[in-house]
Amino acid sequence: MTETFEPIIIGFTCNWCSYRAADMAGIARMKYAPNVRLIRLMCSGRLDPTFIFKAFANGADGVLVTGCHPGDCHYIEQNYKALRRFHLMKRVLVQMGLEPQRVKLLWTSAAEGAIFTAEINRFVEEVRALGPLNWNAAAIPVVETTPMEVTV
Amino acid sequence: MSKPKFAMYWAASCGGCEIAVLNIHEKILDVDANFEVVFWPVAMDAKYKDVEAMEDGSILLTLFNGGIRNDENEHIAKLMRRKSQILVAFGSCANEGCIPGLANFSPSSEIMTTAFNTITTDNPQGILPQTTYAMPEGEIHIPTILPRLKTLAQVVDVDYYMPGCPPESHQIAAVIDLVIQVLQGKAELPPKGAVIGAGNSTVCDECDRKRNVKTVAEFGRIQLIHADPELCLLEQGIPCNGMATRSGCDARCPSAGAQCIGCYGPAEGVLDYGARLIAAYGSVIGSNDPAEIDRILDGLVDPAGQFYRFNLAGSLLKGSVMAKANGK
Repeated sequence: MTETFEPIIIGFTCNWCSYRAADMAGIARMKYAPNVRLIRLMCSGRLDPTFIFKAFANGADGVLVTGCHPGDCHYIEQNYKALRRFHLMKRVLVQMGLEPQRVKLLWTSAAEGAIFTAEINRFVEEVRALGPLNWNAAAIPVVETTPMEVTV
Repeated sequence: MSKPKFAMYWAASCGGCEIAVLNIHEKILDVDANFEVVFWPVAMDAKYKDVEAMEDGSILLTLFNGGIRNDENEHIAKLMRRKSQILVAFGSCANEGCIPGLANFSPSSEIMTTAFNTITTDNPQGILPQTTYAMPEGEIHIPTILPRLKTLAQVVDVDYYMPGCPPESHQIAAVIDLVIQVLQGKAELPPKGAVIGAGNSTVCDECDRKRNVKTVAEFGRIQLIHADPELCLLEQGIPCNGMATRSGCDARCPSAGAQCIGCYGPAEGVLDYGARLIAAYGSVIGSNDPAEIDRILDGLVDPAGQFYRFNLAGSLLKGSVMAKANGK
């Protein structure tokens, strides 16, 4: 196979800063790697680690978490909460055998479209270098359920 | 009229679930009065071929405890499903993997090496068990270990889920009472897929300890902390899993001064138990400085083990990446 590996990356952005940075990159026609699929949340503090685990379980090769710069959160300090959760989650994922480079936390303001695109490009290349993850825990087939028939 | 048939089976488990059933004391006589016990390897002699000879759906109620660790467990899970009208995943192992499910942190080859070929085992030739062996009388077989421990619901269609390691005896008694009432036409069965013998809330909800501070400056191990008997354990820096764990045990451990370790599994609506705990613990860490956050987290010596002690096989990720590398 000569095809290059195209990693699948799920990116979580916050409504007020990092998604605006992505918007700004779009308006300014800055290009970035198409490997990242952005999902907009109201705030990085809304990011339940379940979302990230679900991404990896369903075949993501890397996950990007973005939010407002420390001190800039629209909801005062929820990005700090995201930071604390991120540190803890990363420890758990590493214990589960994940390379720590597959998760990345990035702060961007609405004005930093250029930084946002550069960081995404860099992250995609880092994950590409690691190769496919194929955790794919969701691949365990779901058992079909049928209604119960009880005759007493 | 013959009595409805009852069965209980243990797969990869410790036997604690069976003891919990016997701990219902004289209520066990109600089981005997209302059911014909046809298959219960820990309590009576029966052969798999006797179960295989039964008509499909002829057993009314099967309590299945234990995870699916080898192909024998899987075979019997499918057999009991076929023969039973109501199949209950009984206890933490069958529900979510429990302690045997922690093996999903390691590939099965490593598990075999640890069990048979380390310094604690006298095995100079490094002999590992073979699943088939030719004897003069013919070939004999032992079960083959699966690459990963699976929960019952990952193998067959489960009707009800009864969590707990083991399920509390008063909960078991209540479920048996309910089934007997259904038999007498006095009650109806809950909808398929329901969690029975447990609450719909969290252990924290049942816990009497006081909560006031919302931050933790230091995590420590319970044996190293002289804990206040009235105050929330997590607030004292003792890793307690009550906030994501399903209620049903009357907060037994925190009431006795020990942290909740999560044996009743995820609370209602929790998709991934460990992830929910990461969210909760992350919220209460008392610093916004990355270096200080790391220092506080160093107090949690084994976060994956802390958050997935009972739930690894049933979690979204189902095990570590290494375990996956070993097989499907």
